[in-house]
Amino acid sequence: MNAFSPAPNTQVWPLIGGVEPKENKQQSNGLSIGYLPLPPFLVLPVNQHIGVAAEPLVAVGDQVLKGQLIASSSGKISACLHAPTSGKVVAIEPRPVPHASGLDSLAIIIEPDQQDQWREQEPWPNWQQRSSEELLARLSESGIVGLGGAGFPTASKLSIDQQIHTLVVNGTECEPYITADDLIMRERAAQILAGVAIMAKLLQVKQVLIGIEDNKPEAIAAMRAALEHYQGPEAVIKTFPTKYPSGGEKQLIWILTGQEVPSGRLPADLGMVCVNVGTAAAVQQCIVDDHPLISRITTLTGQVLAQPRNYELLIGTPIVWLLAQLGVTQAERIIMGGPMMGEPLANPQSPVVKTCNCLLLPTQQELPLPPSASPCIRCGFCDDVCPASLLPQQLYYHARSRNLEGLAQQHLFDCIECGACAYVCPSSIPLVQYYRYGKGEIRQEQQQQAKSERAKVRFENRQARLAQESAEKEAKRKARAEAAAKAQAAKAAGDNSAIDQVIKAAQAKSAAAAATKAEGPDLEALKSAVEQAKNKLMMAEERLAKAEQEMPENAAAFRTARDKFAEKLAKAEANWQKAQQETKT
Amino acid sequence: MFIILIAVSALGLLALIFGAVLGYASVRFKPEGNPIIEQIDAILPQTQCGQCGYPGCRPYAEAIANGDKINKCPPGGESTIQALADLLDVEPLPLDGDHGEEKPKMVALIREDECIGCTKCIQACPVDAILGAAKQMHTVIADECTGCDLCLDPCPVDCIDMVPVNTGLQDWHWQKPQDNLIATDAQPKQEASA
Repeated sequence: MNAFSPAPNTQVWPLIGGVEPKENKQQSNGLSIGYLPLPPFLVLPVNQHIGVAAEPLVAVGDQVLKGQLIASSSGKISACLHAPTSGKVVAIEPRPVPHASGLDSLAIIIEPDQQDQWREQEPWPNWQQRSSEELLARLSESGIVGLGGAGFPTASKLSIDQQIHTLVVNGTECEPYITADDLIMRERAAQILAGVAIMAKLLQVKQVLIGIEDNKPEAIAAMRAALEHYQGPEAVIKTFPTKYPSGGEKQLIWILTGQEVPSGRLPADLGMVCVNVGTAAAVQQCIVDDHPLISRITTLTGQVLAQPRNYELLIGTPIVWLLAQLGVTQAERIIMGGPMMGEPLANPQSPVVKTCNCLLLPTQQELPLPPSASPCIRCGFCDDVCPASLLPQQLYYHARSRNLEGLAQQHLFDCIECGACAYVCPSSIPLVQYYRYGKGEIRQEQQQQAKSERAKVRFENRQARLAQESAEKEAKRKARAEAAAKAQAAKAAGDNSAIDQVIKAAQAKSAAAAATKAEGPDLEALKSAVEQAKNKLMMAEERLAKAEQEMPENAAAFRTARDKFAEKLAKAEANWQKAQQETKT
Repeated sequence: MFIILIAVSALGLLALIFGAVLGYASVRFKPEGNPIIEQIDAILPQTQCGQCGYPGCRPYAEAIANGDKINKCPPGGESTIQALADLLDVEPLPLDGDHGEEKPKMVALIREDECIGCTKCIQACPVDAILGAAKQMHTVIADECTGCDLCLDPCPVDCIDMVPVNTGLQDWHWQKPQDNLIATDAQPKQEASA
């Protein structure tokens, strides 16, 4: 940075609401990022992101190379999937996935061949010389999704139509226990900033704001040091006090810029795009090294583990195997994500997926299960801590009584499910669960509404069609009846004008036919007549053969039929030959 | 006396004028159709199954507007009855069992190797959700099927099944937490997210 440039604006705005739970980060941030050997098999669900599931491109038995595309994105918001190592596709079937539902989802299972052999790679060390289209094309094939937790396909985010002036880089990592972003900033700061420069070029932004909570001094120092070598639009690192949930997208934008993203809108409507530091590093790997998203940094923490630490894990690593490697054979509780927003892992057979930033294995003393909910006492603590300025108790009451209109009125969809309200609730009401339930019900209702609307339209269209058909039939019937009546009347009256008309029409028709004949016989028609006659004869012969075998008493009739067809064929052939000679002469 | 006559005639005149204006407006601005029918129709689930005894949802909506009971729609179930009761300001009634039970959402599925291509189900489908032609295999467009059962009866070879709608990850959503009125009555919970 130029020494004469004015001091960068490092003003921050305080988070609205928020809580300060125990950070519990020191357990896992002491060691560098670790690596594990290749697992015996990898389970790769085709839907690890928000949007449409990817379409498998491989078949069972196929050999795949490391980094090879195995499922391609389908639709505008979707992400590709790559083989994390070389090996053989052993199955494509529904498998347990890390999802609160515990439902299975289609996955591609790869058995590594231990060679870890890369596909052909084309690194772009001088990516600056590439056009935006080229960069974006590579990104959309990279399978990169937002690694902060939501899993929104990054290519879709970067190919936005709106004018973007600010790129917000999220290094907040406000959730307790998780240190994946902390470690990646400490160890791969240069990579992150290169990724930021690539995204800044794609979005053509004027400034980059990097937000880091002040409980990560090493990460801040590493990022500051790397900023010396950074080339791109003006970038500022802003640090701010540690408070949960500063790392929410809308919250971070407020802290860094003092601007609020309006209800129901996106940061892009303010001209901003927010990405996680891990995503930025993945973008650099993808563009510069041609290294698609096949691994991610995941924090493994909790007192059940002897040594909490961050590991770079291949996507698809089975969690059971992973824990066995760390000496854990039985875990009562596995939480995917942190203690505030994480979800209990329904099945430990699930694999590590792209959005899996933390696996928390707490002991009962460390993170006791909440007691059963007591009635709400209207203390209002939740109102004070809500970072989205909602009224959590009102939402709770509406969700409990399934008052969907009330929920919408109270702006349920602005809730970021941070769990701050549930954290402070003295009645330990599982508030977030109620909100998730409410959101699900509203979405379901909307879907049903749309479906019944469609059914109504289809039903009405069908009724209209049926009515039209019967009206047409009726009209035809009437016309026929009228014609018949007219003919009858004409006959009765002895008036031959109607008959004359018919005779005239017939004459005109034969005249027209003669005219076409004069122009030359229709060779095509005659030829097809011959073909048809041949077919008919063949069929008749078949029928005759069958009849002779099965019911000889009827064979005579079939024989006559066959002879007739043969005669017809002879006639048609004669006609055709005649016509051919005529045209020749 | 004279004053009273003036007052009465003035009021009478005003009444005539307003009467004329209102009379004109009622003809000029007459709403097309009965708006309440539209509102009722919007609440009904549009399965067009005919279980209510009317040939489709709209005829039933018309019947309700003319005073029929609101509890004859099994696919809509309790929630539809509640919504209708709210709209019409009447007491919600329990679902009338004569017309069927409330069942989970179903979708028709043709066992395609058994289909003989008779087109009978196509003619029966109220929303044109079955695709096929004479002597060709038929298939159900699952997204458009309302699960009305009307295709089952006409099928001469009984090759149509009603299967529950497949809930994948996309459709799943969180269930309501269980309410425990008294904390001490509660069973310890199996799972929790802080």
